[in-house]
Amino acid sequence: MRPYLAILSARFRALLQYRAAAVAGFGTQLVWGLIRMMIFDAFYASSAATQPLSREHAVTYVWLGQALFAMLPIQVDADVRNLVRSGSVAYELLRPVDLYGLWYARALAARTAPTILRAVPMFVVAGIFFGLEAPPSLGAGLGWLATLAGALLVGCAFMTLCTVLLVWTVSGDGLARWAPQVTYVLSGMVLPIPFFPAWARPVVEALPFRGMVDVPARIYVGDIQDPLRELGLQLGWTFALVILGRFLLGRAVQRLEIQGG
Amino acid sequence: MGAVAGLVSRRHREVPALDCVSFTIEPGELVGYIGPNGAGKSTTIKVLSGILVPDGGTVTVLGRVPWRERVAHVARIGVVFGQRTQLLWDLPVVESFDLLREIYRTDRDEHARARAELTELLDLGPLLDTPARQLSLGQRMRCDLAASLLHAPDILFLDEPTIGLDATSKLAVRDFVKRLNRERGTTVILTTHDLDDVEALCSRVIVIGKGRILSDGSLEQLRSGVTRERWLLVDLEDETAPVSDPDATLIRRDGRRACLRFDPERVPAAALIARISAAHRIGDLLLQPPPIDEVVARLYEKLL
Repeated sequence: MRPYLAILSARFRALLQYRAAAVAGFGTQLVWGLIRMMIFDAFYASSAATQPLSREHAVTYVWLGQALFAMLPIQVDADVRNLVRSGSVAYELLRPVDLYGLWYARALAARTAPTILRAVPMFVVAGIFFGLEAPPSLGAGLGWLATLAGALLVGCAFMTLCTVLLVWTVSGDGLARWAPQVTYVLSGMVLPIPFFPAWARPVVEALPFRGMVDVPARIYVGDIQDPLRELGLQLGWTFALVILGRFLLGRAVQRLEIQGG
Repeated sequence: MGAVAGLVSRRHREVPALDCVSFTIEPGELVGYIGPNGAGKSTTIKVLSGILVPDGGTVTVLGRVPWRERVAHVARIGVVFGQRTQLLWDLPVVESFDLLREIYRTDRDEHARARAELTELLDLGPLLDTPARQLSLGQRMRCDLAASLLHAPDILFLDEPTIGLDATSKLAVRDFVKRLNRERGTTVILTTHDLDDVEALCSRVIVIGKGRILSDGSLEQLRSGVTRERWLLVDLEDETAPVSDPDATLIRRDGRRACLRFDPERVPAAALIARISAAHRIGDLLLQPPPIDEVVARLYEKLL
């Protein structure tokens, strides 16, 4: 575990070098949260029909998403992308560690470090001013924490898979643009999954993306009562994505091209 | 049009990057591995370091096949790619070193000892707390060298370690590599385009071109394999006097200094010198083999 923990801590310290970026990220998430909140306000004010989530739950859902935004695997890590593009990925292969583990640790570091920096102030600000409510019960709170960990694991497995796929392409830009859009929509970050049309929901609910935002948020507000089943799904998907990623990485290393001589 | 044509149809052509390349390097050797651009130098380094899997052939390094036992293999080697850095861009150099300690699972005391030693040898003291992105190229290269040696590898691969460095930094890198090889007995394999590196460091030179070995031996052997000729530099008292000899060719004339090329099998150096000093008043004389750059350029030309 030592090498992987060290990567995590190095990443965390690198991030602390950029305090302005953390402040800017927080500001952006706050503004987006307010916009999304206003959209929901307008929506609830103009509709008399019963909605799948109450207004209070929807607002809390929005703020949870904003607070934990940095955890969402919507960006192939810039450092790994640069490694592949410049050919410095060679140095990664020169380390006496399991390459998949190394990249998974990088993904984990890239998700947790900024999240910790941004989530805490967001919970405070949104909790005091903008209607982020506390979980209704201790069970919901614990279920949230457990599925939040699950969301991190499945998100990092997806991210590492993207990183592996990057090795198969030259610049990885196509993938780096495509992956976020899918994750963004299917995780519930744009629109909570309960608002999706009935025909789409079976598909969306079967995919791993929902475990990254929708599941923990709805357990938090008490809309989903069975955290264990959801956690099982998250871990199942994590397992599947790790197996696939490992398989593809094994193949990729056999035919790796290192850019630039 | 090339890039546009590539959009419509791409033709592929198989190019063997390495072909019949075979050599053995003994522990403690310091070997130069040179060749023109695209010759297959970096490919060889990548195969030997276990990050590229060849389509065929056998490679054994320290008793292991590099790509089959990658993790065990890379723990015993160090690699520096001159054009790339392994330091964490945003963090002080010392943090990169700490991270490497964890990745190589080096014992804390051993790491501290290696770090202190390398810091002294490479004069890194003032650089350790500087983020890598603020280092000059020469400083960065010294730090990269240290980073690749913290785990005390048995073999060090240097891929163009002096590229882009100023004269002082080049000398510092050369001195260090020489000491490392002599004092620690680390085997060093060096690729470079700077033949002064080779001349200063390597007891053995392997020349590769178009994926094949062209020459393997000492610098002297390389020279005599390509050409027997010698250069005679003469400083004349009279700046305007024309110099000529039936058995020698004038290559250059800079004011008083004339540079003549001759084949010692056709005319012994003593005879040539005697003839020229009989015809001219001479200030100074220097007899030397052609510069290594010249020799290697001629070897590369044969490839075309």
